[in-house]
Amino acid sequence: MYSVILKTATKYLTPLMLLFAFFLLLRGHNEPGGGFVGGLVAAAAYALMVISYGVKTARKELKYAPLSFIILGLSIALISGIPALLVSETYFTGLWTEMKFPVIGKLGTPLIFDIGVFFLVIGITTKIIFTLAEEDQE
Amino acid sequence: MDLLLLLPVLLPFAGGIVLLILKNHQKSQLYGNAVVSLFSLIVAVGLFSAIYDKGIYSVQLGGWEAPFGITFVADLLGSVMVLITAIIGFTTSIYSLASVDDERVKYGYYPLIQFLLMGINGAFLTGDIFNLYVWFEVMLISSFVLLSLGGTREQLEGAIKYVTLNLLSSAFFLAAIGIIYGLAGTLNMADLAVKFSAIENEGMVTVVAMLLFIAFGIKSAVFPLFFWLPASYHTPPAAVSAIFAGLLTKVGVYALFRVFTLLFTSNTEYTHTILLFVAGFTMLSGVLGAAAQNDFRRILSFHIISQIGYMIMGLALYSPLAIAGGIFYIIHHIIVKTNLFFISGYVNKIKGSYELKKVGGLYKVYPWLGFLFLIPAMSLAGIPPLSGFWAKFTVAKAGLELESFMIVGVSLLVGLLTLFSMTKIWNEAFWTDSPKDAPEDVKPGVFTKISMLTPVIILVVITITIGLYAEPFFNFSVRAADQLLNSGEYINTVLGGGS
Repeated sequence: MYSVILKTATKYLTPLMLLFAFFLLLRGHNEPGGGFVGGLVAAAAYALMVISYGVKTARKELKYAPLSFIILGLSIALISGIPALLVSETYFTGLWTEMKFPVIGKLGTPLIFDIGVFFLVIGITTKIIFTLAEEDQE
Repeated sequence: MDLLLLLPVLLPFAGGIVLLILKNHQKSQLYGNAVVSLFSLIVAVGLFSAIYDKGIYSVQLGGWEAPFGITFVADLLGSVMVLITAIIGFTTSIYSLASVDDERVKYGYYPLIQFLLMGINGAFLTGDIFNLYVWFEVMLISSFVLLSLGGTREQLEGAIKYVTLNLLSSAFFLAAIGIIYGLAGTLNMADLAVKFSAIENEGMVTVVAMLLFIAFGIKSAVFPLFFWLPASYHTPPAAVSAIFAGLLTKVGVYALFRVFTLLFTSNTEYTHTILLFVAGFTMLSGVLGAAAQNDFRRILSFHIISQIGYMIMGLALYSPLAIAGGIFYIIHHIIVKTNLFFISGYVNKIKGSYELKKVGGLYKVYPWLGFLFLIPAMSLAGIPPLSGFWAKFTVAKAGLELESFMIVGVSLLVGLLTLFSMTKIWNEAFWTDSPKDAPEDVKPGVFTKISMLTPVIILVVITITIGLYAEPFFNFSVRAADQLLNSGEYINTVLGGGS
């Protein structure tokens, strides 16, 4: 699709969307948000890029293949349960620090899990979008 | 111990991730998969022996007490299923070494196998009905991809039927879970067992029971919901159809055993009578369907259905002996059925076809292959002293004790017809001369032989062991059945806060 308005808007929108995705991710364990929605919003940014600039550009902007994101996400999610084992609690027991941060709130292992979900969702969604868009172009 | 209970799920998960990372190194994927499966087998043996010695064990993932936490629980039935899954997973990964083509490996065959095993193990170990749904989905999504990987016309046709009906079943399952939550306000199975006995609205409980029966019935391919199975199981490579045939339907059967012994026990006269009728029709329609087929794997697929009937029959009769028979049947069936599919794949490797009309004269050239086929085939038909005989004998005996002569009659007739089908394969593939226009036999190399026949030999040895040394297996089944019927220990273990 050739639309100057869309292309220009995309340029401004994608950084905002990615930033918002990151914001959603960080507050997810305390307030509405989380890795899943965050990942979807981030993937939506790339979907927008696909629509206005084409798959090739979007792939280049993502830098790594979607599959790498999937692997990264799964690994982080798997690893996030391990700290609990080290202090001899059951796997996946949430461990929290006492310190409080603005926006984020308390830090803890559930945030690590959320980050894993975040990357997994980005990976899967972009994989689906890229594949479908490439099919369309052929 | 806590970790031991989780490892059957975590290990395939971690293994699947590692295999994904190794995506571009085909050789290391092949052997990596075998190594992960071997570790899974060791873990499963450890878990089984621990549960066998110490009784039911449960873990609350994340540390929240039941019924709020994520409950994992292993009883004898669950742990033996995990053990068999590990055995099948291990043999399949050896079998895959030579039988799965590079193209499939490139598109992630091995990671998918591991994720499939993760879903199956999760379903056997979870103590929460919603998580059961989630594990079913993990298993189904992996199986969808495995089934259609390769993308031939035949495969996609089978996959569409498979996906559609299984999604329908998931919808029923989810609807039932919604109603359960509305009725009881909990989804933890042990907690549900307690709450259900106090619910006044018994009609609604029966409705839920029937909804779940339809959901699990589609997944375990009972009459009249089995059409997807013979339409799809003969399309993927032999290794995939073997693991599907052995394990997937049995997860449905396991779920039926779980909910109809733990949750829906108040109105057994109604629910279990329906189960009994379904069992009879399942046996008959499966075996009659098989009689009309001429494709090696289609015959075997229809026999899965008729064998599921025996397991449901054990559940439906609902006496300690009958349930024990059902459990024994599941154990025997997974081993035997997977093995038959393995052999069909090897025959295809030599002859280049699954069509019985195009195959022949195998006994002359490969007498030992005939022997390897004969053991599981006769076991499936229930010829003493093989494992199938004891399984059928126990279920039939339980039926006679309860004076359900009709269903026992059906089961014996079906046994006879199974023998007919097996002799048909034997005659066509092994006994008669090879058809004149058949292409030259492909002589498998040494590596192919080792990779494809070792699993067959392992499973044949297990079949013979269960047959000749049936008593410990039988005693085990009785214990497992006893645990299912007296659900007090299960409930106490889960709700008692851990151990």
